[in-house]
Amino acid sequence: MILVSHLTKLYGARAAVNDLSFEVKKGEIVGFLGPNGAGKSTTMKVLTGFMPATDGKVSVGGFDVFQNPIDVKRNIGFLPETPPVYPEMSVKDYLEFAAQLHQVSSELIPRAIGSVVEKTGLGDVRNRLIGNLSKGYRQRVGLAQALVHNPQVLILDEPTVGLDPKQIIDIRELIKSLAGDHTVILSSHILPEVTATCQRIIVINQGRIVAEDTIERLTTRLKKGLIYSLIVKNPSPEGISALKKIEGISTVVASGNKLVIEMKPSAKEIRDQIVELAVSKNMGVLEFSAEKVSLEEIFLQLTTVES
Amino acid sequence: MIKNTWIIAHRDFKAYFTSPIAYIVIAGFLGIMGWMFFFNLTHFNLQNMQYQQFNMGKGVSITEGIIRPLYGNMNVIFLFMVPFITMRLFAEEKKLHTIELLMTSPIHLSEIILGKFFSAFLLVLVMLGLTVIYPIVLFATGNPEWGPIITSYIGTLLLAGCYLSIGVLFSSMTENQIVAGALTFAAGLFFWLISWATQTAGPVWGEILTYLSLISHYNNFGQGLLNTSDIFYYLSFIGVGLFLTHRVLDSYRWR
Repeated sequence: MILVSHLTKLYGARAAVNDLSFEVKKGEIVGFLGPNGAGKSTTMKVLTGFMPATDGKVSVGGFDVFQNPIDVKRNIGFLPETPPVYPEMSVKDYLEFAAQLHQVSSELIPRAIGSVVEKTGLGDVRNRLIGNLSKGYRQRVGLAQALVHNPQVLILDEPTVGLDPKQIIDIRELIKSLAGDHTVILSSHILPEVTATCQRIIVINQGRIVAEDTIERLTTRLKKGLIYSLIVKNPSPEGISALKKIEGISTVVASGNKLVIEMKPSAKEIRDQIVELAVSKNMGVLEFSAEKVSLEEIFLQLTTVES
Repeated sequence: MIKNTWIIAHRDFKAYFTSPIAYIVIAGFLGIMGWMFFFNLTHFNLQNMQYQQFNMGKGVSITEGIIRPLYGNMNVIFLFMVPFITMRLFAEEKKLHTIELLMTSPIHLSEIILGKFFSAFLLVLVMLGLTVIYPIVLFATGNPEWGPIITSYIGTLLLAGCYLSIGVLFSSMTENQIVAGALTFAAGLFFWLISWATQTAGPVWGEILTYLSLISHYNNFGQGLLNTSDIFYYLSFIGVGLFLTHRVLDSYRWR
C-alpha cells in the first residue's frame, strides 16, 4: 500500500530524513517511533504530498506521490502534528469543509460527519466553535477530519497528544478498529502508545531507520543477555567473587544488598546454580528475579549514539 | 476546478463574517464614503449656485462634480482597506497550520489561490454593492448619466482586484498578518504613485511608468470610457500577482 524507497529530504544542508526505505502492507498498523526531531513528521509530510522529497521514490496506493499527487491525496487522511482546525468554525461546519475538500459528494456528507462524530466522541460539541474547545477536543476534531472521507490510508502524527488517559484509550481502540480496512501509519515518541496500537514498529533516529520489526521480535533481538537481580541479606565479597566464576555469567554488580547479574548472551539455564551458590555461601537469599528489558530500554539503546 | 475553487472561496468568505473583519472594514468604508458623498454633494450645490448667480453658463455636470471625485476617492479608500481584507488569507492559514489541510487535500494549488482571491473579491463586491445607494440618491434628485457610473464601478472593481492580488501575494509570503498588510499597503501605494516620476524620468521611462501606474489606467473609466488596453492591464496585473503567489507557495514546499 505504501512504498518508500531511498527517501531523502534535505533542509538546506541538513538531512532530516536520510535514505529511508520501508513498506507498509494493506490493513497494517505501523508505528513510527523516534525521539523528537528524528524525521517522523518530515517523512509523513512527504508521504502526504505536503512537501516533495529531495531524493527517492514514494508511492501510496500505487500512485507516485510526486507524479500523481492528487490521486495520492484522495486516498489519504492526514492528521498533522498541530491539528489543522479553524478556531472560528463550528465542529460541524469544519468537518463539512474537510469532507468537501476531499470530494465527498454532498448527499453523503451528513452521514459521513455523523459517523466520524460518533467515532471520535464529538457528539456533545458538534455545534460549538472549535476555538472554544480544549486541546483534547481539538485533537479529536483533527482526527475526525482525517477520517471523514473514509480514506484507505491514514497518516497520524502523534494522534493522542494532549488527550486525557480515558480519551487516549478510546482513540487507541478507534485506531485498532481501523486495521484491516485501513492502512495506518502513526508516529509517536511515547512507547506505550505504539505497543498498544501497532502491529509493527519502525524506529527512526536522526533520519535513518535503526530498527524495523514486530514488537516481540524487537524485544528479543535487542536483549544483550538476560539480567537477573538477586537480593541478599549478606552480600559478602567472597560470595560475589564466587558468583563471578560461574560459567555463563559476564558481570556481577553489587549495589547495597542487590546484586545485578548479567549473563552472557550464549548462557544456558543456570539459575539453579546461582541460587545454590548464594545459599551455600550463607548470603541469605531474599529475592531472585529476572529483569525484563522494557521497550523503553530498547528505544534508548537504539537511539542513543554510542560515543 | 470551479467547484474546488468555490469550496475555498465559500469558507473564506464566511470567515470574514464570523470574525469582526468584514463588519469593521465595511463600516469604516461606508462611514468614510458617506462623509465624502455628503461633502461632494454640498460642494457641488454651492458651486452650482455660484455658477448660476454669476451667470457663468450651465454649471458643472453631475458627472464632473460628483461622480468622478466620488469614485476616484473610493479607489484611495480601497488602497487603505484592501490590506485589512487580504492580510489574513494565507498568513493565518500558515500560523494555524491549516495550510497543511489545504495542501494535503486533493485539490490544486491554483484552486486554493483562486478561491482565496475570490473570497476577498466577493467582499469587495459587497462593499461596492452597498455604495449603489449614492447613484440612487443622485437619480432620485437629479439627472446624472448612466455611463460614467457603470464604468466607474467596473474600473474600481478591477483596480481593487489589483490591490487584492498584491495582498494575496504578500499574505502568502509570511505568517505574520501585520507584515503582510503593511507590505500590501506599501506596494499598492508604490504602484499608485509610480506615475509621479513621469515628468522627470524622460520620455521613454515616463511612458513606461505611466503605463505601469495603476491609477493612470483608471482615468478613462472615470470619464465613462471603456478601453480594452486598460482592462487588459488590470487583468494581467491580477494574473501576475496570483501567478507569483503560486510560485511563492510552491517554493515553500521545497525548503
